[in-house]
Amino acid sequence: MKVIQNIGIAIFLIGLGVFTTLPFIGDFKLDQSSFDELIDSQGIKSEIFVSDLKSKLVNKNFSGFQPLAPLVEESIDKANTEHTKNKEWGKKVYAGSDDLATTIRKKSGYGYVPQNKGLMWFLTFGLGIIGALMFILPQVVTLGKKGIKNDHIYHQSSTNKGWIAWLVFIFLVSFYLVLYFKSEYAVNWTYLVDPISESLSGNPAGHWFVYGFMYCVVMTVMAVRMYIKYRHNMYQMVRTTSVLFFQIVFAFLIPEIMVRLQLSYSKGYDFKNAFPLDYDFFFNWNLKELIAGGGLGLFILVWGIVLTVVIVPVMVYFFGKRWYCSWVCGCGGLAETLGDPYRQHSSKSLFSWKVERWLIHGVLLFALVMTGFTLYGFFAETGTVLGIKVQSIMNTYSFLIGAIFAGVIGTGFYPIFGNRVWCRFGCPLAAYLGFVQRFKSRFRITTNGGQCISCGNCSTYCEQGIDVRAYAQKGENIVRSSCVGCGVCSAVCPRGVLKLENGPEEGRINPTEVLLGNDVDLMELVNKR
Amino acid sequence: MEHIVIIGNGIAGVTAARHIRKNSDKRITIVSAETDYFFSRTALMYVYMGHMKFEHTQPYENWFWKKNRIELKNGYVNTVDHQNKKLVLADGNTIGYDKLILATGSKPNKFGWPGQDLLGVQGLYSKQDLDQLEANAPDNKVCKRAVIVGGGLIGIEMAEMLRSRKIPVTFLVRETSFWNGVLPAGESAMINEHILEHHIDLKLATNLVEILADETGRAKAVTTDKGETIECSVVGLTAGVSPNIDFLKDSGIELGRGIKVNRHLETNITDIYAIGDCAEQYEGIGQRRPIEAVWYTGRMMGETVAQTICGNKIEYKPGHWFNSAKFLDLEYQTYGWVFSERGMKENEQHFHWRDDKEKICVTVAFDKKTKQFLGINTFGIRMRHEIFDRWLTEKRDVNHVMEYLKDANFDPEFYSQYENKIVSKFNSEFGTSISLKKKSWKRIFSNA
Repeated sequence: MKVIQNIGIAIFLIGLGVFTTLPFIGDFKLDQSSFDELIDSQGIKSEIFVSDLKSKLVNKNFSGFQPLAPLVEESIDKANTEHTKNKEWGKKVYAGSDDLATTIRKKSGYGYVPQNKGLMWFLTFGLGIIGALMFILPQVVTLGKKGIKNDHIYHQSSTNKGWIAWLVFIFLVSFYLVLYFKSEYAVNWTYLVDPISESLSGNPAGHWFVYGFMYCVVMTVMAVRMYIKYRHNMYQMVRTTSVLFFQIVFAFLIPEIMVRLQLSYSKGYDFKNAFPLDYDFFFNWNLKELIAGGGLGLFILVWGIVLTVVIVPVMVYFFGKRWYCSWVCGCGGLAETLGDPYRQHSSKSLFSWKVERWLIHGVLLFALVMTGFTLYGFFAETGTVLGIKVQSIMNTYSFLIGAIFAGVIGTGFYPIFGNRVWCRFGCPLAAYLGFVQRFKSRFRITTNGGQCISCGNCSTYCEQGIDVRAYAQKGENIVRSSCVGCGVCSAVCPRGVLKLENGPEEGRINPTEVLLGNDVDLMELVNKR
Repeated sequence: MEHIVIIGNGIAGVTAARHIRKNSDKRITIVSAETDYFFSRTALMYVYMGHMKFEHTQPYENWFWKKNRIELKNGYVNTVDHQNKKLVLADGNTIGYDKLILATGSKPNKFGWPGQDLLGVQGLYSKQDLDQLEANAPDNKVCKRAVIVGGGLIGIEMAEMLRSRKIPVTFLVRETSFWNGVLPAGESAMINEHILEHHIDLKLATNLVEILADETGRAKAVTTDKGETIECSVVGLTAGVSPNIDFLKDSGIELGRGIKVNRHLETNITDIYAIGDCAEQYEGIGQRRPIEAVWYTGRMMGETVAQTICGNKIEYKPGHWFNSAKFLDLEYQTYGWVFSERGMKENEQHFHWRDDKEKICVTVAFDKKTKQFLGINTFGIRMRHEIFDRWLTEKRDVNHVMEYLKDANFDPEFYSQYENKIVSKFNSEFGTSISLKKKSWKRIFSNA
């Protein structure tokens, strides 16, 4: 078994190695016709830009590592300076240099990778999947009898912030930085999944398709790990299946198929992604597209609003925010699969809780204020509200919250700060659901009388950094806005103290002076005071 | 300001301190030589197994004590001088007190086995024991085999710990079946099977005779009363615990096996109280033993003595017996009294059900004549404490318990439920025709 696992690691590392090498290799050469097509498709009218870029790019060879974006940037600057001087506003180039560079690369790649997409897919994704499964599947045997299997989590480098964890951290952060900010280097990856993308939506893959596909693959493989690790625990099995289903079907397949069907509104839409997590739902351009998108567009508009205003809070009332955060949500889905080995790293200190409340509610406020601005701007048909450019607020949010917080920190920091950094400190939807869960819900984690022995397994493995033990050892139920109901505290409890349940609101929050089992006469106790 | 000094920072002492602080402004000092801060003893095993770091076993952050004005003193108390109301520490310092709470806990039993003090021979109770085990048995190269002596809760925990590092373990158990002085035969047998499944070499009805030393004074083997010699690097002595009271021998405080206390947890000396593992009731309360080395009784005594010290003098009144444990992967809970065949009362009758596939079983004890429900042991099914506590108080009969068993289920959602199987076996065994009622929130929350 050990041998199979070690071979698995080797195969996985080869796959990962090839994948990591891809951004640095490959050849790119743009011919005249592709160049014209590109300029056309971008609607660029600046002849200065066109001629400048043409002299730099057309029929010239570029290797993978040579950055294109600075060259494009240079041309843009040059053209725009000139146009500004001449007050030729219509000719200015508004396209971003990174996006342009990415598009150029995608059009102009040639050589081994684009010509052997299938083989290259196998050498990266294929080997990664096979290797990972060879490591994971033998755990059916190596973990021994079913039950809680947390042995050596704090002895292993990978799960105890050792050098492996730091390497994973560096890899994840770099991956997200490329994805969000240097997408031209992701072009080689897009070739690998072109065939899949074409079979789904009919279009070649962009870097976000790579991400979406990879997300599904990683979740599926790590879900297999969950199924093995928690095979004694039906709640975990069902929940894992649920997040996997919603990710693959709702976040990945349906949006792609919508594009294929070329419905009146032909952009893909993730029907489960609720505002304000889906922060650009009320952005000017999205509203315009939805309204212009005929019946389907209007349906999505209404659905999006009903989802946030009615469905989400009503479901939280009945089941707690877990129905969304750990049963449906994509961010939660990744956290509960890829992130499961890191759940113990969330800080349980009171200080962290304070930071959490300021941050997450701050982000919610930011999202709401921004949406207020965009909506006002939309209806008043102005780009400036209260003297502030709406676009600049949107850009700031997209950059700080959408990219840096949710992506780079949210997932990149898994091995160091735990798997729910975004969900705990940043997600505005989680903040909103949290209010409902805390103040108007049937959900609670029931503490079983006086059985708690304060061992701390529950707190240690709470991914949301809730000090579960602090409540359990006092005999109090756990009713916290941040709880996503993953059910792991209940699973790891050696004494059967915790149970996630939806019951009557009355008695849900139950502060106790003396725990069950100690028969002091409570009335007497109160009267004597 | 009255100065309350507590010796021992375990669950009993710390609970007392916390509740005194809640109810008063008295000066509070806790003295301990074990650790600077309170930790959960029950979690030590998880540190060795790598489920947690030691800091995770500490229920309160380090700032908690200062913020709540609970002074912590790291020191070992040599003598209690009750005439002058002061403690003398091992370093010669003294601490004066107005009221003293003794919460010194237990120490592992040693029964005078030859070789019991050799290197590599240890119990598992304190933080120091954990550190020692880490040194004695870091892996299966240093520790080629361990022998554990004594088949109780700590013994099986220690076996699980060592197995997590793939160290071969021989488990010497005096009884003919694991823990059958406490558990009924069916349950005890199931645990025997489970122990073997975990590749622990269980030797039942086997006693330790001698621990043999190598030339450096380290344990190298044990001999048993079956004439066997078992080579090993570590010997775990887990044959129970007894009160840690040696330092009180000549203090004038009345001692038995533990520190004698009345129902108000007062010792024979005014202003000195004893709580937790080290306290011994003059008479056991109900069917409880005079000394109860159980986590939650320590906590309850702490809650109680705090009331008394804050002027609200109340008796220690533990309610219905309950407890829980985990044997490797098997969770165990008990509510009320279910005695083993050895301890069974005249009027006690058992109903035992065991699943044919999973390691899950239930034993219900009830009165032969009146059918009054006396207690339940469950393995692999979690049950609701509140419900059983209520049924015991209301003196329900066993048929009622069977009928409403679903109200008591505390397993996580989506788990297979076994109530139907349990009740149908009960019906066929006792000729009843009980039909199971659906779970009702209304009943669960009534009089809660």
